[in-house]
Amino acid sequence: MEKTQPKYLLEFEKPIYELEQKIEEMKSIGEVINIDEEIERLQNKIFELKQQIYSQLTRWQRVQIARHPERPYTLDYINNIFTDFVELHGDRLVRDDPAIVGGIAKFNGHSVLVVGHQKGRDTKSNLFRNFGMPNPEGYRKAHRLFLLAEKFSKPVITFLDTPGAYPGMEAEERGQAEAIARNLFLMAKLRVPIIVVIIGEGASGGAIGIGVGDRILMLENAWYSVISPESCSSILWRSWDFKEQAAEALKLTAKDLLELKIIDRVVPEPLGGAHKDPKQMFTIMKEVLSEELENLLKIKIDDLVRMRKEKFYNQGVWKEL
Amino acid sequence: MGWFLRSKENIEEDKPKEMPDGLWTKCPSCGEIIFKKQLEENYFTCPKCGHHYRIGVLEYINIILDDATFEEFNSNITSGDPLNFFDSKPYLERIEQSRNSTGFNEALITGLGKVEGIEVAAGFMCFAFIGGSMGSAVGEKFYRLAKLSLNKKLPLVVVCASGGARMQEAALSLMQMAKTSAILTELAEASIPYITILTDPTTGGVTASFGMLGDITIAEPGALIGFAGPRVIEQTIKKKLPPNFQRAEFLLEKGFVDIVVPRKELKQTLSILLKWFQN
Repeated sequence: MEKTQPKYLLEFEKPIYELEQKIEEMKSIGEVINIDEEIERLQNKIFELKQQIYSQLTRWQRVQIARHPERPYTLDYINNIFTDFVELHGDRLVRDDPAIVGGIAKFNGHSVLVVGHQKGRDTKSNLFRNFGMPNPEGYRKAHRLFLLAEKFSKPVITFLDTPGAYPGMEAEERGQAEAIARNLFLMAKLRVPIIVVIIGEGASGGAIGIGVGDRILMLENAWYSVISPESCSSILWRSWDFKEQAAEALKLTAKDLLELKIIDRVVPEPLGGAHKDPKQMFTIMKEVLSEELENLLKIKIDDLVRMRKEKFYNQGVWKEL
Repeated sequence: MGWFLRSKENIEEDKPKEMPDGLWTKCPSCGEIIFKKQLEENYFTCPKCGHHYRIGVLEYINIILDDATFEEFNSNITSGDPLNFFDSKPYLERIEQSRNSTGFNEALITGLGKVEGIEVAAGFMCFAFIGGSMGSAVGEKFYRLAKLSLNKKLPLVVVCASGGARMQEAALSLMQMAKTSAILTELAEASIPYITILTDPTTGGVTASFGMLGDITIAEPGALIGFAGPRVIEQTIKKKLPPNFQRAEFLLEKGFVDIVVPRKELKQTLSILLKWFQN
């Protein structure tokens, strides 16, 4: 029954883990009297503790959950809630960028196109996926796939999960900015429904580069902003140590962004985060996506595109003197 | 995003170094001592090596537009502080300071004007205003300018100079990338020409939205143009970047700008382009 400590344990997950360990220990000592009662007492305590911890997470703690290495990624959602997925590779110009995946799939009986950032799970796969940081080829692959969807009138679903577009030499040489700009332009006018889901990290231009759509959904513990808390901290406080304050200042959580009307809907996660119960997360995601998709399919495409543009025209808070 | 990743000292130093108050100035590129009056007459470019000094909104208006034709619109729009953002000083204080030092209410100045008699809708970014960064007010002013160009069926010309999206408005700034790109789809559908002039520096969220969406993309010689700032790239790849990296000529070579035009010829080139569209 000896259980080894999980590989990834966030600081605020520790007290819960310790109690869970205690229960495991007690279960292994069968002879103790009144053991069931004691276990029940502990389980209640765990439940209370979880409620308490997860109802008052700080913004920085949510950022940590968003980055949890066991959190479901784009391909996990695709493999668990879509069927008949065929991944399509390459931008037809330079190469295939594994930091963005895309392809055709079936969802709820509909043929759809799905595109998303993809991170790796270990060092090897992370190097392959470039930690989910796309090069221009990734955005151009998405661009070509969006056009494919439009040509055959198939709805588009995108999953956002990136620490940012890759700030490398080759990325600049091959026009990172141009590639992102082209996608913003195309997605604003694409004549098919687009649902965007921020599932983990939504860092800046690298995220919105596949993030313009009719409905912007965001997981409860995801973050979305113009800059990461660490980079923000290094600029404002000249040190990486003030990321907690930076996260607070940036108001980057789903709840914040719903209030600011930047996103349309918060997708709840299982208690403790998506990584605690991926199966339940997939069930929730499937329900939410199917509801959203059915609603969008009822709207005439001319109206949908007009409403999508209006939605972005209305973004921002300014003053008139 | 570009500008705030450069050290603050650098940004503040920039102007005095390049545009001293005295009668003479030393070219930061070749060291030539230039009489200030001569520099002005030479469009703020070095007569010896052609170095393009960074200049402001009023200088660009004078250089590009016909005399006394510029009519400003929406000058009353300025940033709110939707997030109550506070770093070493409150965001509102930062805006106030920029307003006082630049004389403008935001980092984008918009209006109507004429280029050799051709009426255009024109936008000029002000780098001195919080690094020319794009927040909600810049996004809204760009949107209204594009609408004006659409309604009046006038070509849109925008002079870019920006460090990118404005950090103090976080995700709201990010949304301006989508907002400005979305309104440009309407210009495209109405076949209204959109010309961008990328000046030193144009980086981050501005390059990655309306900066790179022109029907014609002009760059000024030597201008830094990119997505990530050079420092961020150097930190990532742990190497020094070659001196011409992300400069206008480099982008021309790589295929990301149409033409590099010396400031002296900017107006003439613009007029040739506008006439081509008119015909």
